[in-house]
Amino acid sequence: MTSVAVIVFPGSNCEYDAVTALESLGARASLVFHTAEDLSAYDGVVLPGGFAHGDYLRPGALARFSPVMGALERFVAEGGPVLGICNGFQVLTEAGMLPGALQKNRGLTFLCQPETLIVASTRSVLTRAALVGQELVIPINHFSGNYTCDESTHRELVEYDQIVLRYRDNPNGSLDDIAGISNRAGNVVGLMPHPERAMSTLLGSADGLVLLNGFLGRQSALSGR
Amino acid sequence: MNYAVRVDVTLRSGISDPAGATIERALPALGFGGVHRVRAGKLFFFEVDAPTPDAALDVARGLAERLLSNPVIEDATCALVEG
Repeated sequence: MTSVAVIVFPGSNCEYDAVTALESLGARASLVFHTAEDLSAYDGVVLPGGFAHGDYLRPGALARFSPVMGALERFVAEGGPVLGICNGFQVLTEAGMLPGALQKNRGLTFLCQPETLIVASTRSVLTRAALVGQELVIPINHFSGNYTCDESTHRELVEYDQIVLRYRDNPNGSLDDIAGISNRAGNVVGLMPHPERAMSTLLGSADGLVLLNGFLGRQSALSGR
Repeated sequence: MNYAVRVDVTLRSGISDPAGATIERALPALGFGGVHRVRAGKLFFFEVDAPTPDAALDVARGLAERLLSNPVIEDATCALVEG
């Protein structure tokens, strides 16, 4: 994969982190405004973190009505890889492209800290270069990252291997320690942690490399740390 | 006709309510004893142009389901109010 669209909603604020991270891996990453109605020129799409449309009403709720979401639905239907990071994950759940919802953190605390994640499935576009059971240190930065869904949805997530990443030490009350999930096909992934901010040991962790390299369809030279 | 509508959005039973739980935990320290099962929610008011009250409620229910609530975790109830 060489060409990735990073969608910019009014209020997105991690789009440059995402572009910088993807370009450091040799991809061509473009900022694409939320009014775009065609994503067919791209090989992958990233919905970055931030506060899309101010996160008014509920995080991600208003972004569902952005023009780009129709194009995103077509992109997903054709099997294109889509990654929602933090607010991007919230947008994907609100849009119904991923099951469940993200609630306010247990204890109503804004959390900004590194977390150890455990790879639960390598069937997704994000984790395909990682190993099941692999531990990755990736920072979180959110107020509403408490994943929740009803029991039957949770059973399906387990049955279809859609739980992609779990927290080792659950920081926010997420059901079943869930940090990230995929759709049934595995081409749409949402996670609350920020792999684009774990690209260099100088800055705390390079464990985002195995995830973003996987997203770009490459085996990571650094998988396994 | 123009009808005033009120929509209450609350978390579905069984869905954890961090805001309600945090409020409840704070109450004893403020001297409010014996208060239980606190649930936090959202309240919306708006007006709808529609031919009948039922038609206005239909519009409100559609809006509540599509935008004002997330049906995965929330219930919405719509009612006409005195404008």
